[in-house]
Amino acid sequence: MKWLAIGVATVVCYLFKIAGLSLPERWLDNPRIRRIAGLLPVALLAALTAIQTMSSRSTLVVDARLAGVAAGALALLLRAPFLVVVAVAAGTAALIRLL
Amino acid sequence: MTPARRNEILRNAAGVGTAVGAYALSFGALSVAAGLSAVQTMVLSLVMFTGGSQFALVLTLGAGGGWLTAAGSAVMLGSRNLFYGPRVAELLDRPRGWRRLLAAHVTIDETTAMALGQEEKEAARYAFWATAVSVYALWNLGTLVGALGATLLPDPKMLGLDAAAPAAFLALLEPRLRGREPWLVAGAAAVVALLLVPVVPAGVPVIVAALVAVAAGLRGKPVEEPAPLRGSERSEEPT
Repeated sequence: MKWLAIGVATVVCYLFKIAGLSLPERWLDNPRIRRIAGLLPVALLAALTAIQTMSSRSTLVVDARLAGVAAGALALLLRAPFLVVVAVAAGTAALIRLL
Repeated sequence: MTPARRNEILRNAAGVGTAVGAYALSFGALSVAAGLSAVQTMVLSLVMFTGGSQFALVLTLGAGGGWLTAAGSAVMLGSRNLFYGPRVAELLDRPRGWRRLLAAHVTIDETTAMALGQEEKEAARYAFWATAVSVYALWNLGTLVGALGATLLPDPKMLGLDAAAPAAFLALLEPRLRGREPWLVAGAAAVVALLLVPVVPAGVPVIVAALVAVAAGLRGKPVEEPAPLRGSERSEEPT
Protein backbone atom coordinates (compact mmCIF):
# COMPACT_ATOMS: atom_id res chain seq x y z
CA MET A 1 0.00 0.00 0.00
CA LYS A 2 2.89 2.32 0.70
CA TRP A 3 4.39 1.55 -2.71
CA LEU A 4 1.00 2.21 -4.32
CA ALA A 5 0.82 5.66 -2.69
CA ILE A 6 4.42 6.37 -3.72
CA GLY A 7 3.87 5.20 -7.30
CA VAL A 8 0.61 7.05 -7.94
CA ALA A 9 1.72 10.31 -6.32
CA THR A 10 5.12 10.25 -8.06
CA VAL A 11 3.59 9.74 -11.50
CA VAL A 12 0.96 12.46 -11.04
CA CYS A 13 3.49 14.93 -9.60
CA TYR A 14 5.70 14.38 -12.67
CA LEU A 15 2.72 14.78 -15.00
CA PHE A 16 2.06 18.20 -13.44
CA LYS A 17 5.67 19.24 -14.04
CA ILE A 18 5.78 18.07 -17.65
CA ALA A 19 2.32 19.49 -18.41
CA GLY A 20 3.43 22.91 -17.16
CA LEU A 21 6.38 22.85 -19.57
CA SER A 22 4.33 21.55 -22.48
CA LEU A 23 0.88 23.15 -22.41
CA PRO A 24 0.28 26.53 -24.07
CA GLU A 25 0.67 29.21 -21.43
CA ARG A 26 -2.82 30.63 -21.89
CA TRP A 27 -4.33 27.34 -20.65
CA LEU A 28 -2.96 28.12 -17.22
CA ASP A 29 -3.67 31.83 -17.40
CA ASN A 30 -7.11 31.79 -15.80
CA PRO A 31 -6.84 34.22 -12.83
CA ARG A 32 -9.18 32.14 -10.65
CA ILE A 33 -7.18 28.98 -11.20
CA ARG A 34 -3.98 30.88 -10.40
CA ARG A 35 -5.52 32.20 -7.19
CA ILE A 36 -6.64 28.74 -6.11
CA ALA A 37 -3.21 27.35 -6.97
CA GLY A 38 -1.61 30.03 -4.79
CA LEU A 39 -3.91 29.37 -1.83
CA LEU A 40 -3.85 25.57 -2.06
CA PRO A 41 -0.43 25.12 -0.39
CA VAL A 42 -1.50 27.54 2.37
CA ALA A 43 -4.63 25.50 3.19
CA LEU A 44 -2.86 22.14 2.91
CA LEU A 45 0.16 23.10 4.99
CA ALA A 46 -2.04 24.70 7.67
CA ALA A 47 -4.25 21.60 7.83
CA LEU A 48 -1.23 19.27 7.96
CA THR A 49 0.36 21.35 10.72
CA ALA A 50 -2.84 21.32 12.80
CA ILE A 51 -3.48 17.59 12.30
CA GLN A 52 0.08 16.56 13.07
CA THR A 53 0.13 18.76 16.18
CA MET A 54 -3.21 17.99 17.77
CA SER A 55 -4.52 14.64 16.62
CA SER A 56 -3.68 11.00 16.98
CA ARG A 57 -5.49 8.67 14.57
CA SER A 58 -9.12 9.76 14.98
CA THR A 59 -8.99 11.67 18.26
CA LEU A 60 -7.97 15.22 19.09
CA VAL A 61 -5.23 15.29 21.70
CA VAL A 62 -3.17 17.93 23.44
CA ASP A 63 0.25 16.61 24.36
CA ALA A 64 3.94 17.50 24.27
CA ARG A 65 3.73 18.05 20.50
CA LEU A 66 1.71 21.24 20.96
CA ALA A 67 4.38 22.72 23.21
CA GLY A 68 7.04 21.60 20.73
CA VAL A 69 5.31 23.23 17.77
CA ALA A 70 4.69 26.40 19.78
CA ALA A 71 8.42 26.56 20.54
CA GLY A 72 9.11 25.99 16.84
CA ALA A 73 6.75 28.84 15.95
CA LEU A 74 8.63 31.10 18.33
CA ALA A 75 11.90 30.12 16.65
CA LEU A 76 10.31 30.99 13.28
CA LEU A 77 9.32 34.42 14.59
CA LEU A 78 12.94 34.93 15.61
CA ARG A 79 13.96 34.12 11.98
CA ALA A 80 15.73 30.90 12.91
CA PRO A 81 16.79 28.67 9.98
CA PHE A 82 14.72 25.61 9.08
CA LEU A 83 16.80 23.00 10.85
CA VAL A 84 16.86 25.05 14.07
CA VAL A 85 13.06 25.40 14.01
CA VAL A 86 12.63 21.65 13.64
CA ALA A 87 15.26 20.88 16.30
CA VAL A 88 13.72 23.33 18.79
CA ALA A 89 10.29 21.74 18.30
CA ALA A 90 11.63 18.20 18.70
CA GLY A 91 13.83 19.13 21.67
CA THR A 92 11.01 20.87 23.50
CA ALA A 93 8.64 17.94 23.06
CA ALA A 94 11.31 15.44 24.14
CA LEU A 95 12.17 17.53 27.18
CA ILE A 96 8.56 17.78 28.30
CA ARG A 97 8.18 14.01 28.04
CA LEU A 98 11.25 13.57 30.21
CA LEU A 99 9.87 15.78 32.97
CA MET B 1 27.08 37.02 -18.53
CA THR B 2 30.31 38.05 -16.78
CA PRO B 3 32.48 35.53 -14.88
CA ALA B 4 31.65 37.46 -11.68
CA ARG B 5 27.94 37.01 -12.29
CA ARG B 6 28.50 33.33 -13.04
CA ASN B 7 30.36 32.88 -9.74
CA GLU B 8 27.64 34.67 -7.84
CA ILE B 9 25.00 32.36 -9.31
CA LEU B 10 27.07 29.31 -8.41
CA ARG B 11 27.50 30.58 -4.85
CA ASN B 12 23.77 31.20 -4.51
CA ALA B 13 22.95 27.79 -5.97
CA ALA B 14 25.30 26.15 -3.45
CA GLY B 15 23.63 28.13 -0.64
CA VAL B 16 20.14 27.07 -1.68
CA GLY B 17 21.35 23.47 -2.00
CA THR B 18 22.80 23.52 1.51
CA ALA B 19 19.55 24.82 3.00
CA VAL B 20 17.60 22.17 1.10
CA GLY B 21 20.05 19.49 2.25
CA ALA B 22 19.34 20.38 5.88
CA TYR B 23 15.64 20.12 5.18
CA ALA B 24 16.25 16.74 3.52
CA LEU B 25 17.93 15.44 6.68
CA SER B 26 14.68 15.94 8.57
CA PHE B 27 12.64 14.51 5.69
CA GLY B 28 14.73 11.31 5.66
CA ALA B 29 14.50 10.89 9.42
CA LEU B 30 10.77 11.66 9.63
CA SER B 31 9.96 9.35 6.73
CA VAL B 32 11.64 6.40 8.43
CA ALA B 33 10.03 7.36 11.75
CA ALA B 34 6.66 7.39 9.94
CA GLY B 35 7.19 3.76 8.97
CA LEU B 36 8.61 3.91 5.43
CA SER B 37 11.74 1.96 4.59
CA ALA B 38 14.98 3.72 3.69
CA VAL B 39 14.54 2.48 0.10
CA GLN B 40 11.01 3.92 -0.16
CA THR B 41 12.28 7.18 1.30
CA MET B 42 15.10 7.36 -1.26
CA VAL B 43 12.77 6.55 -4.17
CA LEU B 44 10.64 9.52 -3.15
CA SER B 45 13.58 11.92 -3.09
CA LEU B 46 15.11 10.60 -6.32
CA VAL B 47 11.94 10.24 -8.38
CA MET B 48 9.19 12.41 -6.88
CA PHE B 49 11.61 15.23 -6.00
CA THR B 50 9.21 17.86 -4.68
CA GLY B 51 9.67 18.38 -0.95
CA GLY B 52 6.27 19.45 0.35
CA SER B 53 4.55 16.56 -1.43
CA GLN B 54 7.05 14.05 -0.07
CA PHE B 55 6.47 15.27 3.49
CA ALA B 56 2.68 15.16 3.04
CA LEU B 57 2.82 11.62 1.66
CA VAL B 58 4.96 10.05 4.37
CA LEU B 59 3.30 11.85 7.27
CA THR B 60 -0.21 10.99 6.08
CA LEU B 61 0.82 7.33 5.80
CA GLY B 62 2.48 7.55 9.23
CA ALA B 63 -0.72 8.96 10.75
CA GLY B 64 -2.67 5.95 9.51
CA GLY B 65 -4.02 7.43 6.26
CA GLY B 66 -4.82 5.20 3.28
CA TRP B 67 -2.87 5.23 0.02
CA LEU B 68 -5.46 7.38 -1.74
CA THR B 69 -5.53 10.16 0.84
CA ALA B 70 -1.72 10.07 1.18
CA ALA B 71 -1.27 10.30 -2.59
CA GLY B 72 -4.06 12.90 -2.77
CA SER B 73 -2.45 15.35 -0.39
CA ALA B 74 0.94 14.86 -2.08
CA VAL B 75 -0.58 15.47 -5.52
CA MET B 76 -2.41 18.61 -4.40
CA LEU B 77 0.77 20.09 -2.94
CA GLY B 78 2.65 19.13 -6.12
CA SER B 79 0.13 20.90 -8.35
CA ARG B 80 1.91 24.22 -7.86
CA ASN B 81 4.78 22.99 -10.01
CA LEU B 82 2.33 23.01 -12.94
CA PHE B 83 2.23 26.79 -12.75
CA TYR B 84 6.01 27.14 -12.77
CA GLY B 85 6.18 25.30 -16.11
CA PRO B 86 5.21 28.09 -18.52
CA ARG B 87 7.82 30.49 -17.10
CA VAL B 88 10.52 27.86 -17.03
CA ALA B 89 9.69 26.74 -20.60
CA GLU B 90 10.04 30.33 -21.76
CA LEU B 91 13.40 30.87 -20.05
CA LEU B 92 14.78 27.60 -21.41
CA ASP B 93 13.55 28.41 -24.95
CA ARG B 94 10.90 25.69 -24.99
CA PRO B 95 13.16 22.65 -24.54
CA ARG B 96 12.30 19.48 -26.52
CA GLY B 97 12.92 15.77 -26.11
CA TRP B 98 15.06 14.58 -23.22
CA ARG B 99 15.95 18.14 -22.22
CA ARG B 100 12.28 18.87 -21.59
CA LEU B 101 11.84 15.60 -19.63
CA LEU B 102 14.86 16.51 -17.52
CA ALA B 103 13.85 20.15 -17.03
CA ALA B 104 10.37 19.04 -15.92
CA HIS B 105 11.85 16.77 -13.25
CA VAL B 106 13.70 19.68 -11.65
CA THR B 107 10.98 22.34 -12.08
CA ILE B 108 10.35 23.02 -8.38
CA ASP B 109 10.18 26.00 -5.99
CA GLU B 110 13.93 26.56 -5.70
CA THR B 111 14.97 26.26 -9.35
CA THR B 112 12.07 28.42 -10.55
CA ALA B 113 12.72 31.11 -7.96
CA MET B 114 16.45 31.25 -8.75
CA ALA B 115 15.83 31.43 -12.50
CA LEU B 116 13.14 34.11 -12.20
CA GLY B 117 15.45 36.16 -9.98
CA GLN B 118 17.92 36.83 -12.82
CA GLU B 119 17.99 39.92 -14.97
CA GLU B 120 18.85 38.30 -18.29
CA LYS B 121 17.81 35.10 -19.96
CA GLU B 122 21.28 33.54 -20.21
CA ALA B 123 21.82 34.03 -16.48
CA ALA B 124 18.34 32.69 -15.75
CA ARG B 125 19.08 29.51 -17.70
CA TYR B 126 22.43 29.10 -15.95
CA ALA B 127 20.83 29.69 -12.54
CA PHE B 128 18.09 27.15 -13.28
CA TRP B 129 20.50 24.33 -14.10
CA ALA B 130 23.07 25.20 -11.43
CA THR B 131 20.34 25.21 -8.77
CA ALA B 132 18.88 22.00 -10.17
CA VAL B 133 22.21 20.15 -9.86
CA SER B 134 22.97 21.54 -6.40
CA VAL B 135 19.48 20.95 -4.98
CA TYR B 136 19.08 17.49 -6.52
CA ALA B 137 22.46 16.31 -5.19
CA LEU B 138 22.06 17.71 -1.68
CA TRP B 139 18.36 16.85 -1.34
CA ASN B 140 19.17 13.21 -2.03
CA LEU B 141 22.33 13.18 0.06
CA GLY B 142 20.44 14.74 2.98
CA THR B 143 17.60 12.24 2.62
CA LEU B 144 20.02 9.32 2.62
CA VAL B 145 21.86 10.49 5.74
CA GLY B 146 18.59 11.31 7.53
CA ALA B 147 16.96 7.99 6.64
CA LEU B 148 19.97 5.88 7.58
CA GLY B 149 20.45 7.90 10.77
CA ALA B 150 16.84 7.35 11.79
CA THR B 151 17.09 3.58 11.34
CA LEU B 152 19.71 3.65 14.12
CA LEU B 153 17.56 5.73 16.46
CA PRO B 154 15.46 4.43 19.34
CA ASP B 155 11.75 5.35 19.67
CA PRO B 156 11.12 8.49 17.57
CA LYS B 157 8.69 9.80 20.19
CA MET B 158 11.48 9.96 22.75
CA LEU B 159 13.35 12.36 20.50
CA GLY B 160 10.29 14.48 19.84
CA LEU B 161 10.34 13.63 16.14
CA ASP B 162 6.54 13.62 16.13
CA ALA B 163 6.70 17.34 17.02
CA ALA B 164 9.38 17.95 14.39
CA ALA B 165 6.96 16.97 11.60
CA PRO B 166 4.31 19.66 12.19
CA ALA B 167 7.08 22.19 12.89
CA ALA B 168 8.47 21.40 9.44
CA PHE B 169 5.07 22.08 7.86
CA LEU B 170 4.79 25.30 9.83
CA ALA B 171 8.19 26.41 8.54
CA LEU B 172 7.03 25.76 4.97
CA LEU B 173 3.79 27.64 5.62
CA GLU B 174 5.27 30.71 7.27
CA PRO B 175 6.73 32.43 4.16
CA ARG B 176 3.32 32.12 2.45
CA LEU B 177 1.51 33.98 5.23
CA ARG B 178 1.83 37.46 3.77
CA GLY B 179 -1.34 39.54 4.02
CA ARG B 180 -4.78 38.94 5.48
CA GLU B 181 -6.15 36.40 3.03
CA PRO B 182 -3.53 33.65 3.53
CA TRP B 183 -3.96 33.94 7.29
CA LEU B 184 -7.73 33.54 6.98
CA VAL B 185 -7.37 30.57 4.63
CA ALA B 186 -4.76 28.94 6.88
CA GLY B 187 -6.89 29.44 10.01
CA ALA B 188 -10.06 28.15 8.38
CA ALA B 189 -8.26 25.14 6.87
CA ALA B 190 -6.73 24.21 10.24
CA VAL B 191 -10.10 24.44 12.02
CA VAL B 192 -11.93 22.46 9.33
CA ALA B 193 -9.28 19.74 9.43
CA LEU B 194 -9.34 19.43 13.23
CA LEU B 195 -13.15 19.33 13.37
CA LEU B 196 -13.17 16.47 10.86
CA VAL B 197 -10.57 14.34 12.66
CA PRO B 198 -13.07 12.41 14.82
CA VAL B 199 -15.58 11.81 12.01
CA VAL B 200 -13.68 10.83 8.85
CA PRO B 201 -10.76 8.43 8.16
CA ALA B 202 -7.18 9.63 8.68
CA GLY B 203 -5.87 11.75 5.82
CA VAL B 204 -9.31 12.86 4.64
CA PRO B 205 -9.47 16.03 6.82
CA VAL B 206 -6.47 17.47 4.95
CA ILE B 207 -8.06 16.82 1.56
CA VAL B 208 -11.32 18.46 2.65
CA ALA B 209 -9.43 21.42 4.14
CA ALA B 210 -8.02 22.04 0.65
CA LEU B 211 -11.56 22.99 -0.39
CA VAL B 212 -11.15 26.09 1.79
CA ALA B 213 -8.54 27.29 -0.70
CA VAL B 214 -10.82 26.47 -3.63
CA ALA B 215 -13.73 28.33 -2.03
CA ALA B 216 -11.59 31.35 -1.16
CA GLY B 217 -10.10 31.39 -4.65
CA LEU B 218 -13.51 31.28 -6.33
CA ARG B 219 -15.11 33.84 -4.05
CA GLY B 220 -12.44 36.50 -3.84
CA LYS B 221 -11.80 39.08 -6.51
CA PRO B 222 -8.99 37.96 -8.81
CA VAL B 223 -5.94 40.11 -8.21
CA GLU B 224 -3.55 41.12 -10.97
CA GLU B 225 -0.45 39.00 -10.74
CA PRO B 226 2.89 40.44 -11.74
CA ALA B 227 3.53 39.85 -15.44
CA PRO B 228 5.57 36.72 -16.12
CA LEU B 229 9.22 37.22 -16.88
CA ARG B 230 9.84 37.57 -20.59
CA GLY B 231 13.54 36.94 -20.83
CA SER B 232 15.68 39.99 -21.41
CA GLU B 233 12.64 42.24 -21.99
CA ARG B 234 11.91 42.23 -18.29
CA SER B 235 14.18 45.09 -17.36
CA GLU B 236 12.57 47.33 -19.98
CA GLU B 237 9.01 46.61 -18.97
CA PRO B 238 7.61 48.52 -16.04
CA THR B 239 5.87 46.01 -13.77
